[in-house]
Amino acid sequence: MKISGAEIFCESLRREGVKTVFGLPGGVVLKIFDVLCQQKDIELVLTRHEQGAAHMAEGYAKATGKAGVVLVTSGPGMTNIVTGLADAYMDSVPLVAFTGQVSTDLIGNDAFQEADNVGISRPCTKHNVLVKDVNDLAQVIKEAFYIATSGRPGPVLVDIPKDVSTAKTEFKYPDRINLRGYNPTITGNKQQIQRAVEAVMQAKKPIIYVGGGAIFSNAADEVRELAEITQMPVTMTLMGLGSFPGTHSLSLGMLGMHGGYWSNMAMHHADLLIAVGARFDDRVTGKLSEFCPEARVIHIDIDPTSIRKTFHAHIPIVGDVKAVLKQMNVMLRSMDGNPAQVRGLRAPWLKQIGQWRSEHPLVYHQDDKTTKPQYVIEKLYELTKHQAIVATDVGQHQMFAAQYFKGTKPRTWLTSGGLGTMGFGFPAAIGAQKAFPEKLVVCVTSEGSFQMNLQELVTAAEHKLAVKIVLLNNGVHGMVRQWQDLFYEGRYSASVLGKMPDFVKLAEAYSIKGLRALKPGEVEPVLKEGLAHKGPVLMDIHTDPFENCYPMIPAGGAQHEMMLEDPPELNRGKKGGTPRRKVDEGDGVLPA
Amino acid sequence: MEHIISILVENKFGVLARVAGLFSARGYNIESLSVAPTLDPTTSRITIVTAGDERIIEQIMKQLNKVVEVLEVVDLTQTRFLDRETALVKVNTKPEHREEAVRIADIFRAKIVDSSSTTYTIEITGDVDKVEALINMLKPLGIKELIRTGRIGISRETTRTASPRREPALLKY
Repeated sequence: MKISGAEIFCESLRREGVKTVFGLPGGVVLKIFDVLCQQKDIELVLTRHEQGAAHMAEGYAKATGKAGVVLVTSGPGMTNIVTGLADAYMDSVPLVAFTGQVSTDLIGNDAFQEADNVGISRPCTKHNVLVKDVNDLAQVIKEAFYIATSGRPGPVLVDIPKDVSTAKTEFKYPDRINLRGYNPTITGNKQQIQRAVEAVMQAKKPIIYVGGGAIFSNAADEVRELAEITQMPVTMTLMGLGSFPGTHSLSLGMLGMHGGYWSNMAMHHADLLIAVGARFDDRVTGKLSEFCPEARVIHIDIDPTSIRKTFHAHIPIVGDVKAVLKQMNVMLRSMDGNPAQVRGLRAPWLKQIGQWRSEHPLVYHQDDKTTKPQYVIEKLYELTKHQAIVATDVGQHQMFAAQYFKGTKPRTWLTSGGLGTMGFGFPAAIGAQKAFPEKLVVCVTSEGSFQMNLQELVTAAEHKLAVKIVLLNNGVHGMVRQWQDLFYEGRYSASVLGKMPDFVKLAEAYSIKGLRALKPGEVEPVLKEGLAHKGPVLMDIHTDPFENCYPMIPAGGAQHEMMLEDPPELNRGKKGGTPRRKVDEGDGVLPA
Repeated sequence: MEHIISILVENKFGVLARVAGLFSARGYNIESLSVAPTLDPTTSRITIVTAGDERIIEQIMKQLNKVVEVLEVVDLTQTRFLDRETALVKVNTKPEHREEAVRIADIFRAKIVDSSSTTYTIEITGDVDKVEALINMLKPLGIKELIRTGRIGISRETTRTASPRREPALLKY
């Protein structure tokens, strides 16, 4: 029996096990939406903006490990998901985005709502395809899911012209993929692994540096085993948080620009660096010429382009992190006849790191007048008993959350690392909540980031997705304001948010519970009430507009030259006016 | 240093754009580019001449390998290879220069493939040095137009005729 391209689309998604599609309809995808509403296996989450759909699919994918699916129309529908695609590409998020396209006979005519979807998305997708013949559709969809989720995951875009979705053909879902040029390396080269194991056994000051790759590859157990049997400390990138328990005695937490003093010092003095699914991003390395000057480098990554891209590797190992670590651990276990010897070898190093940690721990000073953002995160961490899935936006609040929320499980930390997309957090939290309706999902955001995708409040309300929004409201683009204070003589160009909506009323307008905490004493009761509420909640928590995030490696600075507190010469608000209201004025709306 | 990168790709639309995009997105320059189908009509051969230090070339090769439709990437300059280029040179020929133009073409074993009362069009095929030498010789006569194909290359089967070069770089760890 012949069926339409739209039916092939639905059937193929069903075969791929897709349960949820995030999207928004439009002219050229009407046929697909028409078929979608006539079946029950796949649920559509209608978003209010296509960017929201893309980030929801990312949140869904990051929390589950499965591909997130987006369905939008041509032209503006597609251009609106570009940020989501670029974000997913940077952070290796498996995403399959279906975009409508004008009919094949109209392509290139500047038809209504036409855009060159594959052209626009080419540099920000792992792969993309314009399907010109309905007979290719099933094969393309199967391959799209395979490419998105295998190797180093990433977004794949499938562009479906209107006439392809209406044309009919015999349907047979392919049972195999046919990709001659795509075959990711999984197992690592044995000799290289042997060399790595020898280096580990000899090292006096080793450190494991774990990135997001360990999460995508489900290698948390292997990382832990490696750390424990060899007594090596573990530091994580922003994307790697959760791959190793933040509460473990060998955990150093995050490294890099706003990482712990001790973790950056440990990196700087290490004699062996084991990079696991990490890519030596500039926010991690700081000044490259002074990064890890004493270390031999083992670099394990499934993507060969990550190796030697920015930093040298003495022992490169291309392969799936989980597979390679398994191989390594087997060898280490067989070699490791005397664990006490390794323990003895590492003891002075771990002691040294502990000393760095006690010299300069993370600090903030909470008084009874102004709420510090760190205090809110610490309270949240306490109250959620480490069990929440946390999605963040981008900026100071993101860094505070990374520093103070010691995640213990992979796929519970959803953040935009590479692209740094403000507006990511809230829709990502919705996507994760959709995947796990019973779990506690918290969105840590700020007034700046939240306002970039707040239209999705209605999506949360409509689908009864009980996301707990913890909005750290300091009335400024905090990270921008911090840099202006430190490097632009306190001229607050465009970082002070003049008018502010009343977030509580805003939540209520979307029939969502709104709560507000103006003073430190109100923070805990508000968090308790919000977390206990059954539906979605927005907690508008007013925080100190002047709090800066430390430690900090200034851009271009060396990793061991961290700023640990405000410099004495800090000259705040020199020319550009002061940030907003006094905190206790707080009706949430700024005076004009 | 100059590199000739030979890329075997699936013969589909958009592949060239993806390959070229890898260069442009990183600010790497393509000096010449040639594309044509191979014996197998489902694949095409892209030959790119580019320049860069070792790290840049390694990154280019890896990035190219990552493209789903790319089947094989070889840096010919790391092997024993042969390269050729064809140029068409339209040269002004005042009456007193017509003999000279024919003589120069002869010396280079180039062919005159078109002539008018004021021009000759000369076709030359050879390695880049030969093509450039001919162009330099013709310059004083006045070159009206010059079209070059860009270089193509192929690996040698025998070692006797080629200058010894390094073995292929080890790319798979």
